[in-house]
Amino acid sequence: MSTAHRAPVAPPLAAGEAPGAASDPAPRRRTGGRVTGLLVLVAAIAVLTVLSVALGARAMDLGEVWAGLTDPASDAYPVVTELRLPRTALGLAAGAALGLAGALMQAMTRNPLADPGLLGVNTGAAAAVVTAAYFLGFSSFTQTIGFAFAGAAVASVATYLIAGAATATPARLALAGAAVTAAGYAYVSAIQLMDAASLETMRFWSVGSLVNAHTAPILPVVDLIGAASAVGLLLARPLNALALGDATATGLGVDPRVLRVAGIATITVLAGTATAVCGPIVFVGLVVPHVVRAFTGPDQHWVLPYSMLTGAAFLLLTDVVGRIVARPGEVQVGIVCAVVGGPFFIYLVSRRKVTRL
Amino acid sequence: MTASPLAAHQATLGYGRNVISEDLTVDIPEGEFTVIMGPNACGKSTLLKALARMLKPSTGSVLLDGKDIHSQPTRAVARRLGLLPQSPIAPDGITVADLVARGRYPHQGILRQWSAEDERVVAEAMAATDIGDLANRGVDELSGGQRQRVWIAMVLAQQTPLLLLDEPTTYLDITHQIEVLDLCAKLHREGRTLVAVLHDLNQAARYATHLIAMRGGAVVAEGAPADIVTAETVQRVFDLPCRIIDDPESGTPLVIPSASARV
Repeated sequence: MSTAHRAPVAPPLAAGEAPGAASDPAPRRRTGGRVTGLLVLVAAIAVLTVLSVALGARAMDLGEVWAGLTDPASDAYPVVTELRLPRTALGLAAGAALGLAGALMQAMTRNPLADPGLLGVNTGAAAAVVTAAYFLGFSSFTQTIGFAFAGAAVASVATYLIAGAATATPARLALAGAAVTAAGYAYVSAIQLMDAASLETMRFWSVGSLVNAHTAPILPVVDLIGAASAVGLLLARPLNALALGDATATGLGVDPRVLRVAGIATITVLAGTATAVCGPIVFVGLVVPHVVRAFTGPDQHWVLPYSMLTGAAFLLLTDVVGRIVARPGEVQVGIVCAVVGGPFFIYLVSRRKVTRL
Repeated sequence: MTASPLAAHQATLGYGRNVISEDLTVDIPEGEFTVIMGPNACGKSTLLKALARMLKPSTGSVLLDGKDIHSQPTRAVARRLGLLPQSPIAPDGITVADLVARGRYPHQGILRQWSAEDERVVAEAMAATDIGDLANRGVDELSGGQRQRVWIAMVLAQQTPLLLLDEPTTYLDITHQIEVLDLCAKLHREGRTLVAVLHDLNQAARYATHLIAMRGGAVVAEGAPADIVTAETVQRVFDLPCRIIDDPESGTPLVIPSASARV
């Protein structure tokens, strides 16, 4: 180490940041650009929030929106406070949850094509919803929401156990997830064939929509997603180590088994909550982290918060679009996401090497 | 033998029911460049995995500083013991400086993020491995030899007195193999204890200061290369008839396989 202070080392390092800039987590890359990007995202979310409150079956100008927020006597007040504000809050929370869950899933499995559905979350929730409808006769949204969350959790625990629990590798997790998903869909189809009422319940639930926001328990949902997000963001550093392979991570002092348990639990709460309230919304968790990584590079300190914000912005945008394109009706956000996300996914897969397990 | 910072004691090592080594006792001598060698499937990589706590012995123990390595917090172990595995993964698009910086993991925490000290150590590690001018390059653009030096720099940034390297020269051409081994020798001269698994007997004999020869999961011979690289040992370990001459460059033993030793 005697050669440590040789002058030639300084210039390439100084390109990023002066050596004195102590508290920056990643001083060597284009930090400035990434901070700007975060501000742009926050601004975009602010604009989309206003649009989401203003636009719908009945469009409002800003004056009406303001009246709707502040004047209980106005016509707009019930629309804004009872329908559009909860819907906007839910869209933001669910989008952030799905974006972060997708980024965590991809980091944890080192598989750029992983998404939270890989843990069986969506199928688990669907299976629980048809169970509640068929065996217990529950059909309303508020009755099935708890079941959906429990189903998502059970499916993801089952996937983890089938993959070998502590010995689970990314490849085994993917296979176990596929198995659980297949079994779950077989069960859902069987119930639906036997019982038309379940089919009807599922028909609305399974496309993914924010339309039930006004009856959803918004505060608990936001609390759960907020708490799980805080945990998820703290996983950035160990996930950076895990990105170098399980062996390297072990050498650096990360226990991959402990990290996977923490990751799966966090993803389950995030994606399970979003799915329980909105139904399965595909492609957000898959596509958002992909786009984000192209901009931020592979450092999870940036990928995770960016994926959260981008997920929130994307889901809100697709929901607003869905409300505009078919006025006075609307296209569910899950369908808009699939219409946008599907072709993008095909583009990703065809572009270049994507699978690296 | 003096204090051993790292040792396996009466360890049973294996994967599930597939036992590789039984009752294996190995002491890694402090301050030496130990090379573990032996034929394929002799258990040398398994031993290294056990020493690196990636594999837990089913009986017996691995001791770091005299205490069971699995009873110590893994991050504390990571401040004593660095590991370069056989096939580490470089994330797409990561730069050299970012990859080396990840070696600081065991020194950081939620409340102790990136510091000037981290910055200094990373710069030192890149200088020691001569990759300072590659700092802002993408790891995926580098040659195999450069990439291996980047990985070694990452392990150096961990600042551990003990370094374990699992076949660090595999997949490299001869020039880069020598380059990496020269770097290892330099790290050893600077006072670190190195343990490496190597395939090439003559390279092992030239660079190691302590050799462990394994076969069938057991240690067959152990000691300074000049003492244990003999025709008899090579025959016993590798089933290879050979002559031993002095390496004209280094004076270390040089294994010359017998002509038409096999049909």
